[in-house]
Amino acid sequence: MRSLTLGRVAMRCALLGAVLFVVIVIALKLGAVPVSLYALARALVRVAIYQTSELPSDYRLIIFDIRLPRILLAVFVGASLSVAGTSFQALLRNPLADPYVLGVSSGAGLGAILAQVAESHLALPSAVAVLLTPLGAFVGALATIVAVYFLGRREGLVDSNTLLLGGVITASFLSALIMFLLDTVVGRDLHGTAFWLMGDLSTTQQPIVSWIVRFGFFLAAAAIYTTASDLNLLLAGEKEAMHLGVDVRRVRIVVYVAASLLTGLAVSVSGAIGYVGLLVPHAMRWLFGSDHRMLIPTAAFGGAIAVVIADTLARTVVAPTELPVGAISALAGAPFFIYLLRRRLA
Amino acid sequence: MSGMVRAGGLAARSEPTRASEVRLSVEQVSYAYSPNPSQAPLFTLEATSFQAKPGEIVAILGPNASGKSTVLKLIAGVLAPLSGRVLLDGFATHTLPVRARAQRIAMVQQESQLLFPSRAWEFVLQGRHPYSRALHFESDNDLIIARNALAQVGAEHLSDRWMDQISGGERQRVILARALAQQPLLLLLDEPTLHLDIGAQVDLLEGLRRLASENRYTVVIVTHELNLVADYADQVALMQRGRCLRVGTPAAVYQRELLEQVFQAQLSVELGASGRPRVTVLSQTP
Repeated sequence: MRSLTLGRVAMRCALLGAVLFVVIVIALKLGAVPVSLYALARALVRVAIYQTSELPSDYRLIIFDIRLPRILLAVFVGASLSVAGTSFQALLRNPLADPYVLGVSSGAGLGAILAQVAESHLALPSAVAVLLTPLGAFVGALATIVAVYFLGRREGLVDSNTLLLGGVITASFLSALIMFLLDTVVGRDLHGTAFWLMGDLSTTQQPIVSWIVRFGFFLAAAAIYTTASDLNLLLAGEKEAMHLGVDVRRVRIVVYVAASLLTGLAVSVSGAIGYVGLLVPHAMRWLFGSDHRMLIPTAAFGGAIAVVIADTLARTVVAPTELPVGAISALAGAPFFIYLLRRRLA
Repeated sequence: MSGMVRAGGLAARSEPTRASEVRLSVEQVSYAYSPNPSQAPLFTLEATSFQAKPGEIVAILGPNASGKSTVLKLIAGVLAPLSGRVLLDGFATHTLPVRARAQRIAMVQQESQLLFPSRAWEFVLQGRHPYSRALHFESDNDLIIARNALAQVGAEHLSDRWMDQISGGERQRVILARALAQQPLLLLLDEPTLHLDIGAQVDLLEGLRRLASENRYTVVIVTHELNLVADYADQVALMQRGRCLRVGTPAAVYQRELLEQVFQAQLSVELGASGRPRVTVLSQTP
């Protein structure tokens, strides 16, 4: 008997944090313009000791104005999707649940596009207008997960297979709506189809939007973390959890709202990147066990690492052009999904 | 409210409970289940009453769909009665907050299915959840309680085993240990013997008998095992189609005509050497 302690969670997180740091440094180095590790280290040290003025200007542009913001965005998008996937899997008692598979990402995408359409028709002050897209994505995500949840309910209980089918159908329906809107109402000028349907991190974001994504991540992930031990019990079913003192309704509301916020924010800046929320939680469970007090923070780091790697591959393997990052994650994730599905049916 | 009765759960446990006092009081409880409020209910439970003291085992018997599990859920407080009330130490169970309820009432259900497997000791530690706050990590005290709970059901050796790699009987013991880790006043069991072989069934009931008298639990058990109940229960409530026909000692309730009418089978009832009745099925009615 060796029960989980805060120290052990912190240790694993520090380890993953170190891995994330190394991955970020490598990602900073790789790209169309090669940067030597030595030059990179010197630049980072200068930033660390606040001597940014001594940086060569081309370095500053490439590393700190182009690559670093994109990498940081990848970090928070990955962490958000992974934490959302972890909590969906526990709450819906379905190891195949993930914001993308359940259609929540598509719902967020549709919400974001509708918000952009509305934004172009409403003459809003720019401070409000910037918030409209993330808000639309959040509402779209929340509406979708609520709809899919009710689609998956049979006689008061969540039926795993119905839920999954409901999610897949919802995802394809919403994706079709997105394509339709992009072609007719919006015109393709807003974002490319690939951005919304496959996920893409190449769009430069306004600093305020990046801050909203970071702040939203910490807020929502913290909210989900407060339910960590409740989620452990929910794995055994809602009825049993209730007998062990879990306020199931409260947990459901907290997790649906927070996970929708995570998905909505991630999708509003990166489109629908698939399978991160599916693959990473399973990898972390395999590495560190299924206790959510450990799983949620490690999944956040794992998601960040995965998306930074995927995005680095997306912008380097076919350089000088780019792949959508969602293509990379789907290449890795779809076979894994099939593996999980087969194992569950076996 | 919870603090008033049993501050922190642990402190109050050490106080001896007077054996004469009634702990569980089911008072004229009724319930109606209908999927649609405008329709006539599919199932009704008519006013049911019985009382139980600390250390007593009450068995609820009856054929399928007689309302046994409904009574158990009403006692557990997860269903609100249509009329009447269930009092546990003076508090109506369904009005207790979820956490306070889980500190007083533990439910052992028919096999629980795990999505991701855990080890037996981790599973038992879940029983400490009603006493933990958000972001709580188990204390040494919690670990001691979990270890004791496993010891009480004779399953210390299973501590490090995975829950999906032990036998049905062993799993049932670990599930019972988790209920004990809740340190409840009331232990509810819904057909706990369902998937157990006869030896494991006797072990379980023997264990419950011992635990009830040692820890002063009040135990309510729903089961089909007439003879096991006859040997181990202090009181029996016999139910049929939503009505509680009779409550009393096994010897008082086990009347041949009554049981035959309720279970629709030819039976013989004899008094065993211990003074406990014994039921034998003679043949099935066509």
